Amino acid sequence: MSKMVPLPSKSIVPERDVDKPPILETNHLGIDFGGLTAVDDLTLAVGRTEIAGLIGPNGAGKTTVFNLLTNVYQPTRGDIMLDGVSTAKKTTAQVNRMGIARTFQNIRLFNDMTVLDNVKVGLHNSIKENLACSITHLFGYRKNERKADKEAMEFLDFFNMADLANAQAGSLPYGAQRRLEIARALATHPGIILLDEPAAGMNPSETAELMENIRRIRDNFSIAVMLIEHDMNLVMNICEGICVLDHGKVIAKGTPDEIKSNPKVIEAYLGKKKEANPDAEN
Amino acid sequence: MTLVSNLINGISLGSVYAIIALGYTMVYGIAKMLNFAHGDVIMIGAYTCFCAVAYVNLPPILGILLAMIVCTVLGVIIEGLAYRPLRKSSSLTVLITAIGVSYFLQNAALLIWGSAPKTFSSVVPFDSISLFDGQLIITPESIVTVLACVVIMVGLTLFTKKSKMGKAMRAVSEDKDAAELMGINVNTTISMTFAIGSALAAIAGVLLCSAYPVLIPTTGAMPGIKAFTAAVFGGIGSIPGAMIGGILLGIIEIFARSYISSDLADAIVFAVLIIVLLVKPTGLLGKKITEKV
Repeated sequence: MSKMVPLPSKSIVPERDVDKPPILETNHLGIDFGGLTAVDDLTLAVGRTEIAGLIGPNGAGKTTVFNLLTNVYQPTRGDIMLDGVSTAKKTTAQVNRMGIARTFQNIRLFNDMTVLDNVKVGLHNSIKENLACSITHLFGYRKNERKADKEAMEFLDFFNMADLANAQAGSLPYGAQRRLEIARALATHPGIILLDEPAAGMNPSETAELMENIRRIRDNFSIAVMLIEHDMNLVMNICEGICVLDHGKVIAKGTPDEIKSNPKVIEAYLGKKKEANPDAEN
Repeated sequence: MTLVSNLINGISLGSVYAIIALGYTMVYGIAKMLNFAHGDVIMIGAYTCFCAVAYVNLPPILGILLAMIVCTVLGVIIEGLAYRPLRKSSSLTVLITAIGVSYFLQNAALLIWGSAPKTFSSVVPFDSISLFDGQLIITPESIVTVLACVVIMVGLTLFTKKSKMGKAMRAVSEDKDAAELMGINVNTTISMTFAIGSALAAIAGVLLCSAYPVLIPTTGAMPGIKAFTAAVFGGIGSIPGAMIGGILLGIIEIFARSYISSDLADAIVFAVLIIVLLVKPTGLLGKKITEKV
């Protein structure tokens, strides 16, 4: 099934998720910037607890797909269904509340805030605290803040960062900033988390830890993970379904083994220039 | 004794500038725009309080509350009608609009209340304190103003640092897009900033007119510009910066007025601004601004 382009089927939903409706679905999704078609005819589905990979050479339109999925860009064609509900005409913030969270290729933490506060920003919509409560610090303020602190600490604990809670986010080492960004995204209680090049700039041992963390995220929170990554070792190891983009078009979909042997993928990647090495560009 | 007296007057005037400057700096920090209509919101607040006290005979404290409510609503309406549609426009467009809103408010006030000055009666019902055999007189207005300034400063710091809404504001101020992707409604957060800034403007207006009781439709314009100067002086976007900038500016103005020349006082204030910006372009507490892509 890896030879057809475009594939009639959607992506490879793992067996355990087959009976359940996918968490994320796109149908013939496309976007044009002026005359340039950045993404075209993207049809895929991600299972509820799937780890999915979105790969492709530089400039293939991968981050554009993430921007479409989070409504940072409005699609020119096609639609996106998040847990069965269309995200058309929703704002980015609303789409987040519908259950999609993401991290960024170039880390975008709130650098001037503490690590704990960054996670609490992620918890924003689950903290029940109204404006009067915020201004006066009364009406259950303490109870709500304590609850938020506790929950935020649980997320930090999950990534072994509890001791860094009061550090300034901008002062953290690179790897910790990457982990904090994931923690902050998880704090919005998503059904699917999009990771944009989570392993960029990491050394092999940090990457191994990241892979372990991604699996733990999936198992612990029972959510789907979709990631863009250039590190093929990571992608082939942890992704269950992979979608390969080139020049905005899907050139292949399948399991890691199918993708590895797909001539179109090999051509897109290796035919032009050698990109098999982990590419640590930002 | 004149020195101490001038210092007290300076701190008091500076506290008013600081409260106004907070409105400028918060709006700038979050919406990245200069709301030049902020000074005129002060004037509307003062007129509201004046009407409530002089015509409706409300007690001054209710007058202040009413002024705060009117200004809060006004601030949110201005943001929603004039600035929100321009969220994605160039900053120049927004700046010109803000100047337009400023003129609109001044002329609306001119239509409603006329050009004749109103004499604002102080909202502070205490007598002046006389110290050292009458050599040093402290007006109750200056004490209340400084106290109000300290309370607002502490309250605002707690609000931005320790509350959910405050954190949302800081998040939007640092990275609007990332905040939105965390599920924060940026429009609501910006409206809220305008609401808080305008409520503070009402307090500043009442305090200003209690100390300098002449109320005309352009009353807010000059303090507005000076408070903006104070915000830039302290580092625009920074809350403690607005406070320090405001108080320093007040002291400089009063000292220049009494020791150099009352005609040149304003010129000296702005000259100080120019010098500070030449030496430290981001202001006293300003941070280096880095463009994010």
